[in-house]
Amino acid sequence: MSLALDIDWSRPDFQLTVDCEFPASGITALFGRSGSGKTTLLRCVAGLEHAPHARVRFNDEVWQDDQHFVPAHLRPLGYVFQESSLFAHLDARGNLAYGLKRVPAARRRIGFDQAVQFMGLESLLSHRASELSGGQRQRVAIARALLTSPQLLLLDEPLSNLDLASRDEILPHLERLHDQLSIPIVYVSHEISEVMRIADHIALLDDGRIQAFGPLHDLLTRPDLPLAHLETAGSIFEGVVDEHDASYHLSYVAIAAGRLAISLRAAAPGKRVRVRIDARDVSLALEPPRHSSITNILPGRVIDVTEDRDPAQRLVRLDVGGRPLLARITARSVAQLAIVPGLALYAQIKSVALMD
Amino acid sequence: MSASFYSADDLAGLWISLKLAIITAVALLLVCTPLAWWLAMTRSRLRVVGEAMAALPLVLPPTVLGFYLLLFLGPHGWGGRLMQQLGMAPLAFSFSGLVLGSMLYSMPFVVQPLQSAFQGVGARALEVAATLGAAPLDRFFTVAVPLARRGFITGAVLAFAHTLGEFGVVLMLGGNIPGRTQTASIVIYNHVEAFDYAAAQRLSATLLLACFVLLLIVYAANRRVPEAAAAA
Repeated sequence: MSLALDIDWSRPDFQLTVDCEFPASGITALFGRSGSGKTTLLRCVAGLEHAPHARVRFNDEVWQDDQHFVPAHLRPLGYVFQESSLFAHLDARGNLAYGLKRVPAARRRIGFDQAVQFMGLESLLSHRASELSGGQRQRVAIARALLTSPQLLLLDEPLSNLDLASRDEILPHLERLHDQLSIPIVYVSHEISEVMRIADHIALLDDGRIQAFGPLHDLLTRPDLPLAHLETAGSIFEGVVDEHDASYHLSYVAIAAGRLAISLRAAAPGKRVRVRIDARDVSLALEPPRHSSITNILPGRVIDVTEDRDPAQRLVRLDVGGRPLLARITARSVAQLAIVPGLALYAQIKSVALMD
Repeated sequence: MSASFYSADDLAGLWISLKLAIITAVALLLVCTPLAWWLAMTRSRLRVVGEAMAALPLVLPPTVLGFYLLLFLGPHGWGGRLMQQLGMAPLAFSFSGLVLGSMLYSMPFVVQPLQSAFQGVGARALEVAATLGAAPLDRFFTVAVPLARRGFITGAVLAFAHTLGEFGVVLMLGGNIPGRTQTASIVIYNHVEAFDYAAAQRLSATLLLACFVLLLIVYAANRRVPEAAAAA
């Protein structure tokens, strides 16, 4: 299962040079500044752009090469545009039915009611686009795309024109999409917080080129890439809700490296969750701290130490239970503790954010 | 209103005008839709030529248009000769000729509203339809046409009204034949020529009222059509 692209497209104002193969499973984020070519790349995949001499292959199907160009309406994909794109002459129900009607019954994998329930649209069906909020419109647009029973879902910054509240309204739906429907998703974004929340893989685009591609947890922490040097740089871990401790209002999440305590959550034990640990919330100790107020302490081994944007700071990448953890500490501490690659030490984590 | 209120020529003229206006409006919608679509969508440099041609009847005196059509379609014009070789009567001085002339004369009034309505639909709505599995013709009929509804209504009304009021082309090309090519506007002109101001008055007032009522109905209906909002 994969999406293979080979595009070398020069336009007077723009260049897109991409030769890569994305896994056609999970959520792949295309991340980059505006103008880096994310949307153009997505449009090439969808068949909305016809880049000369490009090759696009999805699993065994050739969507574009020198002899073929499968037009957009014949590619089994769903596309959600950045701005609201509901048909103004139809109500929400009509919008949803538009794509559904055009899928042969035998190929339908998602029913109308299922999609409506999935995106929480029961009360909106008779409304026209002009009567819906931005967040509601995008929910309808996502459900409309799902109703074409796509084999690939392309989302072009579906949240970027929404306010924070609307984003929070949609993100859980996208996460459930990821968990419950096994449709591979390519998600264009320039918001790293969104990406950290939902993506499995990430492709960094810069000036029309893919700078790096790989699992999100790797690329977030790679010191040779800009993500690790963001103010909000951090690491992500997948885990399972282990148990709740009502007396201290804590929930425990088991990850490969150990157990993390977070503020009490309603999540049922056994639920798979993703946690985020900001690099600036991690401090390092050579001994297991015994008299510390910090609850979350994970043993690890130093992978590398690199300079950060602020000359006073260093980025230390650790291996904790096979996963990278990023710590941002002062250069002075690095010298005092003699932190070098290979050193075993303890990461004290001041704050863990559950991403749900 | 009794038959004695209008003369036989009055009634024939009204009927011919009405028939001409309806047929012209319908035919123009059919012909201009693809043309306006092309003008709205193409990036070809030929577009400006197309736009200029489609706007030409706006600035051309109707008599000039009628005169050239007469030359072209008359028994000695090559259009007329072609028709005769095909075993058909020349179009000059016939109702069909009037329809053709009216269509040319009113074309800009249909092409322009349609073109701007199609441009208002925008590429995005059609791309959305494509990603939802709609083939090009399907997208056109299920997305472009409903979203451009106002353009169709405006175009149809303008074509109808403009044809009703047409004079120069009809006179040149139709030849003022009562019962066949003599439209209401020509009948009015004849009344005035004959100093029968009362008859001219009756027919003119009828046309005035009919046109006003028609426009009123259309604009009232148009108001209820929801905004083909690109914003939504």
